[in-house]
Amino acid sequence: MATILTVDDTASMRQMISFTLNSVGHEVIQACDGKEALQLLQGKKVDLVIADVNMPNMDGITLVKSLREQADYKFTPILMLTTESQESKRQQGKVAGATGWIVKPFNPEQLLNVVKKVLG
Amino acid sequence: MAIDMRQFHQTFFEESLEGLAGMETELLRLEKAAADNGHDAVAADPEILNTIFRAAHSVKGGSSTFGFDEVAAFAHVLESRLDDLRDGRSRPDRRVISLLLLSVDCLRSLIIAARTGKDVDKDAVDGVRAQLESLESENAVPAAAPVMPAKSSGTAHWDVVFRPHRRLFHNGNDPLRILRELSDLGELKVQADLAALPTWEQMDPEACYLGWNIELIGPVTRETIADVFSWVMDDCTLEVTAHPVQSLAPRSITEAVASMDAHADTLRVSVPKVDALINTVGELVITQTMLSQLTTNFSFDNLSRLFAGIAQLERNTRELQESVMHIRMLPLSFAFNRLPRLVHDMSQKLEKKVELTIHGEQTEIDKTVIDRLIDPLLHLVRNSLDHGIEPPAARLAAGKPETGRIELKAYQKGGNVVIEVRDDGRGLAYDRIFSKAVERGLFPASANPAPEEIAEMIFRPGFSTAEAVSDVSGRGVGMDVVRSNIRSLGGTIEVASQPGSGTCFTVRLPLTLAILDGLSVQVGAHTYILPLVSIIESVRINPEQISRPAGSAELYGLRKEYLPLLRLYELFHVEPRSTDLAQGLLVIVEADGKKAGLYVDDLLGQQQVVIKSLATHYRKVEGISAATILGDGTVAMILDVTGLTRLAHASTGRGPVPAGDTFTPAVTPTLN
Repeated sequence: MATILTVDDTASMRQMISFTLNSVGHEVIQACDGKEALQLLQGKKVDLVIADVNMPNMDGITLVKSLREQADYKFTPILMLTTESQESKRQQGKVAGATGWIVKPFNPEQLLNVVKKVLG
Repeated sequence: MAIDMRQFHQTFFEESLEGLAGMETELLRLEKAAADNGHDAVAADPEILNTIFRAAHSVKGGSSTFGFDEVAAFAHVLESRLDDLRDGRSRPDRRVISLLLLSVDCLRSLIIAARTGKDVDKDAVDGVRAQLESLESENAVPAAAPVMPAKSSGTAHWDVVFRPHRRLFHNGNDPLRILRELSDLGELKVQADLAALPTWEQMDPEACYLGWNIELIGPVTRETIADVFSWVMDDCTLEVTAHPVQSLAPRSITEAVASMDAHADTLRVSVPKVDALINTVGELVITQTMLSQLTTNFSFDNLSRLFAGIAQLERNTRELQESVMHIRMLPLSFAFNRLPRLVHDMSQKLEKKVELTIHGEQTEIDKTVIDRLIDPLLHLVRNSLDHGIEPPAARLAAGKPETGRIELKAYQKGGNVVIEVRDDGRGLAYDRIFSKAVERGLFPASANPAPEEIAEMIFRPGFSTAEAVSDVSGRGVGMDVVRSNIRSLGGTIEVASQPGSGTCFTVRLPLTLAILDGLSVQVGAHTYILPLVSIIESVRINPEQISRPAGSAELYGLRKEYLPLLRLYELFHVEPRSTDLAQGLLVIVEADGKKAGLYVDDLLGQQQVVIKSLATHYRKVEGISAATILGDGTVAMILDVTGLTRLAHASTGRGPVPAGDTFTPAVTPTLN
């Protein structure tokens, strides 16, 4: 199955996401902000990145930008976690190179559907 | 897919409460920044507001995900107001900050209510929420309605023309995925449009040249199709034309009503600590393998290797113990974080100006200690604020800066954590305390006690009531409770004060409550453990230095001091090796500044023991604080030094008397 990186500053979200993805057999790596995510991804390839927008140290949009600059991550699907009210963030994310987004709140089933959509 | 979301609740509660505490700290910083920089506070340090915003946002995201709608709704309103602040639509003035702080309280009580399943004060929460809403500026975002996934019944026939832009791949999208998703919706007929495909030489392998004409027959709405394309809407030309024969029936959303788990006592542990633990366990396993290999074919040639192995096992065990203990350790910031808010609120109420500084909040201490330390700590700081720090006018008159200072300092010293609460207020009113003590018969009026002895008085139960030393000092309200709380944690508290320039409370606490550094002593056939921290020295007894004043227990004269002597075998009714004091040893112990000598047969050695509560396994016993199990499996009692010294001093017939160079016994013993 796929290797997925989840980036979120709240542990409960990370737990929920990794538990859900683990349950269908994906391997999940966790990072608590953009900076840590970049460190974890050095010399490592993942199939999908799911990143929150609001994070300390490095936010999700900056993370997307930095990843798209790397040859390894030019075409890797990157999904942003946004809320309904964050329309502008979603646009910024798109401009930065995000593949798509997942709207919070979402349940495990919705998450799996979206992940299935990008991973096939 | 049935995933029980309740398993994530505990983490959500903990991190949300933590986030709120951080939010509170930052709000207080913002208020200070606003006072310093005027209206440019937000611009001056945007990270403060960003941190506050993130905390609110995380609470909102989590609570909506986990189905705590009331929390989510409140967090949403709060977030909108923070957004106004961030975008400069409102100013972080005192009124706004106070309201935001109140909102933090509301969110906290909502979360605690969700956690415990109890009710909140709905009126209070609604009141704050209404105030928050009334702050709303015109351009604020209205509360978002939850999106309901709509599912249609009835079959429709759609024609979709999909022409991706060249850059589609650059966002990690893939037309193939979109087509596959469409195929899940119904019957699909797809035709590729190759018109835009350039010649091989001109082709950019990273660009998308293909287009598709799609026919979709299935029970889908236009919105569902648009949804599939939502991520690429800006990166393609899309036409959806239809012959709609459809009826919509929005699926009712079943609300997940999660019954709350009873509040489990959990601990969040940082990953490095767990790694260290796993590492140590790994080494333990290696040692164990080595030892079992050694013993399967054991010959005496291997004896030295066996000893080496056992030494290694000992080291592993100690390391493992340390790692495990570390897991229970939390930084003191968990206790200190509450204080800035307390100081903020109280100084406003008392109309005093106070600056609180905190040092060493990263010092770690056992979680149990932290939990039980919060109240005494709050009490000390409250006292400093209320009684220590003078009103601004009085400070100026005394030639001090208008703003008072309260300093909290924590550091580790040996096996103890030391916490100092220092203020630069008016200090203890020694004369008032002394006259009160005389009034209560604690000192003769003619006495001339040292300042420390007078200061001690504030820890007396019921010594200092409000009217006793009210407006002058007033310290001591409930100080006995503070002391007994700290004592119950195995700690001590001392006070030092300089009239006019301030007071300092020093709290010493053991790092952990579960393990004790002890000295094992022998009394008859029994082994007892004395906490190492309370031992001053051990001496061989010179019978000539023993005196027995009338009506008093034995006293031992040690370097100009007379210490009450306690024969442990008498106290515990055991048969000693010898009742002749010259045959045994005297262990000098100290608790609460009082010394006593304990007569034992022998000292066995120093060791760490695991504390087992006697009260839970048996019952509380005078003079004994707990029990432990020794290496050979026997049970040993851990002596309660505080209780023993108190007992010893009581038996001297003089009540507790501070022993020291200044102390002269009422009955002069003969020292020959």
